[in-house]
Amino acid sequence: MGERLRAGDRSAAPAALNLIEDRTPAAREQSRALLAEVSPARVGGEAPAHVVGLTGPPGAGKSTLLSALVAEWRSRGLSVAVLAVDPSSKRSGGSLLGDRARIAHEPGDDGVLIRSTAAGARLGGLAPATREAAQGLAAAFDIVVIETVGVGQSETEVEEVADTVAVVVQPASGDTLQFLKAGIMEVPDVLVVTKADLGEPALKAQRDLSSALRALGSRATAVVAVSSVPPPCGIGELADALEAHRSGVDLAARRLRARRLGALAEFAAERGEAGLRALGGRRRAEELLAGQDPSASGAELVALLESR
Amino acid sequence: MRTYAGHSTARESNALYRKNLEKGQTGLSIAFDLPTQTGYDPDHDLARGEVGKVGVSIAHKGDMHALLDGIPLDRMNTSMTINATAAWLLALYLAAAEENGVDRGLLQGTTQNDIIKEYLSRGTYAFPPAPSMRLIADMIAFTVDEVPKWNPTNICSYHLQEAGATPVQEIAYAMSTAMAVLDQVRERVPAEAFPRVFGRISFFVNAGVRFIEEHAKLRAMGRLWEELGRERYGVEDEKFLRFRYGVQVNSLGLTESQPENNVIRIVLEALAVTLGRDARARAIQLPAWNEALGLPRPWDQQWSLRIQQILAYETDLLEYSDLFRGSEVMEALVQELTEGARAEMAVVAEHGGSASEGGVSYMKTALVESHRARVASIEAGERKVVGQNAFTSSEPSPLEEGEDGGILTVDPRVEEQQKDAVAQWRSARDAEAVAAALAELAQAARDDTINIMPATLAAARAGATTGEWAQTLREVFGEYRGPTGVQDAAAAPPAESLQALRDRVEEVSERIGRRIKILVGKPGLDGHSNGAEQIAVRARDSGMDVVYEGIRLTPARIARTAVEEGVHVVGLSILSGSHRELIPDVLEALREAGADVPVVVGGIIPRADEEALLSAGVARVYTPKDFEITRIMGDIVDLVADRHAATASAA
Repeated sequence: MGERLRAGDRSAAPAALNLIEDRTPAAREQSRALLAEVSPARVGGEAPAHVVGLTGPPGAGKSTLLSALVAEWRSRGLSVAVLAVDPSSKRSGGSLLGDRARIAHEPGDDGVLIRSTAAGARLGGLAPATREAAQGLAAAFDIVVIETVGVGQSETEVEEVADTVAVVVQPASGDTLQFLKAGIMEVPDVLVVTKADLGEPALKAQRDLSSALRALGSRATAVVAVSSVPPPCGIGELADALEAHRSGVDLAARRLRARRLGALAEFAAERGEAGLRALGGRRRAEELLAGQDPSASGAELVALLESR
Repeated sequence: MRTYAGHSTARESNALYRKNLEKGQTGLSIAFDLPTQTGYDPDHDLARGEVGKVGVSIAHKGDMHALLDGIPLDRMNTSMTINATAAWLLALYLAAAEENGVDRGLLQGTTQNDIIKEYLSRGTYAFPPAPSMRLIADMIAFTVDEVPKWNPTNICSYHLQEAGATPVQEIAYAMSTAMAVLDQVRERVPAEAFPRVFGRISFFVNAGVRFIEEHAKLRAMGRLWEELGRERYGVEDEKFLRFRYGVQVNSLGLTESQPENNVIRIVLEALAVTLGRDARARAIQLPAWNEALGLPRPWDQQWSLRIQQILAYETDLLEYSDLFRGSEVMEALVQELTEGARAEMAVVAEHGGSASEGGVSYMKTALVESHRARVASIEAGERKVVGQNAFTSSEPSPLEEGEDGGILTVDPRVEEQQKDAVAQWRSARDAEAVAAALAELAQAARDDTINIMPATLAAARAGATTGEWAQTLREVFGEYRGPTGVQDAAAAPPAESLQALRDRVEEVSERIGRRIKILVGKPGLDGHSNGAEQIAVRARDSGMDVVYEGIRLTPARIARTAVEEGVHVVGLSILSGSHRELIPDVLEALREAGADVPVVVGGIIPRADEEALLSAGVARVYTPKDFEITRIMGDIVDLVADRHAATASAA
């Protein structure tokens, strides 16, 4: 399956995701073999996909925006995989995954894949397998989107995985502004203000955010206003802004960090805090990983941690 | 007095209407099939399995002529259950009347035309909320002078109760919707015409079996309506302030088990809307006793008509002035409901009002929660339903023993006939005139200041089809998927029966390596999503990961989703009777896509069809008699576990 993904065979993706999500020991083993097939060593460099993190509070209009963005990417001839992460119920452990309903796409179009996952019991917004899923899909799709809910917290973990993080806010939501100013929230790579069809409120939000960013000394962050109601506007501009950010980052460094932090997260999911303590703590484990070969796959790194 | 009727082709429905008129019915109530209601021609992909099923297929002016053939339109009161495409069907009706030489000033009737409840319950919407509200406002502004005896919209609380609304919710959401409509129309008609517009707004309500409270609900609605007219809209004329409503009594409470009991329920429900003169219905439709089994036959409908005739002509019901004036019990009930409704109306307003996406989404979630509470109380036996969860032992019923199993089946050849007929119609008409009329329509749609009706009427006269009219508007307005209401539905309170199930879900999920993932899907055009929503919410509460995409899915899309999402089991819900065509299509699509997962089906599925579905490869079939959802969940977990064990031992 890993080989098929590496060769760009997108029809292998659903089964690969089933395997990556499977927690049985036998499946873990196969899944590591699969991920080794798409490691930089096998691919001959970093997988060329653009991994985009899209996050924002509920009701900000993420799904409708994503729907328009997927159409935009498709019209540019790019294939897109979406990993939509929804929260799980603390009480039952179950979840209702409904985002895909709002992302319009043709059932016959194999250039789009949407996979819904539940965040599980973890804080920070990412399902345990999402990091690995992003690595696997990056071998076969041009764009991999990780969509999460929340603000001020969840983008932290998305930032560990994505090449570019876009935070979506709606006009007149003061939270984001406050979080940015107070440093509760990391500065995202791109800020998206939705509901631009409202006119002045959206423009005001765009101005406020831009000036807050200037005050924080982040001149690089693009602030884009978009509207997803017909006729959509700002979507092409947003796709350009994401692309511009991507071409400016040190991809090798960002992906290397993603693999190392992903390995650590996977290890912690399997072995828990006790496992981390046995390694001498999180900091010590990070140092250990930093000393490894940059082309090692995430799976190899997990194996290394487990062997200690 | 009338019964909601229509099926198959215009010609067959016409024969049915004539027969009903002979039996003493005094008006027409036209049921349209789902493609007509959602704006698709009979040969569209999504129409598959639905043509002529829940009503008559009307694709163009020719069909409307055939439907009304020989019926005196100037003397007929015609009610049309039509919403998203109401402007179009009214235009076809006007065009047919005009070509029969009947003055439109004489036409009497009602187009249901309440789009909000379509988003909330019934699902036959076509366009987003804002342009849909504009269409309604345009129709009201047009009819107030052009077709003055027509009721252009009928605010429906009926479907809200079917979706689980409590009496307070039913009142509050209907009043909020009426306000949203009136606010919009106020901008489109001259101030002096507005009181007349207010007076033409009528309601379509529901009445459940708790008939005392239901009667109080209607009195409360009358009170709030008058208050709204006076205070918000400055209407002073008494005759415009009267709360006018028609009623179809409750179908939700009708049972599949011991269905004969439904006749008694229907009689009591009819009393709710007739007992007190001060809040008596203007038009009554009663459902048939066997609705939970399948499509009623003419005889079943006749039985419902007889209930009304006995109430009206044999009893002394209509001989007295209001029975409840001065009753302390009634007054207290009315007070309580009025106050509750006022408070809930304020909450809807806080969410942006009934016609905003925020308001629709809030109401939908609230309804899903009320319905869940209702279903849970029946399941727990707290709410008694005779023959279903209480007094369940029964003698065999002679009523269901006929050759047809006690229901009507629509000839599947109707779909093929209609497909050919619409193709023929398209090739026989003046194509250029149609293209020009549709271009004109698109122009009107783009410009909010132009009333949509004249261009719609021109397209109807030119011979455009239902699908063409709707597609032209979809291109301008965009398509829309309504909120499902399940995402934000609160988690179930801890219950012991559920805890055992959760443990089992955990255990099986652990064994198969991933949390059990289920796809809940509604294939076809049927928009009655209450059942699917309850299954989705309960599956989540049982600890499963649930993928729910809402209504109107093609088999191809369901199969695609099943594969992409890597689900372990697929649950499908169909209430429109199209399961015979659509379920095998979905099974085939799943096979083609390589999704080897068990499929369970729920809905109004006649016993005769159950066997056929099982042998086509469906794992389980559930019908309304299976009211214990937790037990269904248990079955599903077992299916997943068995399938996993089988695959593992094969590997």
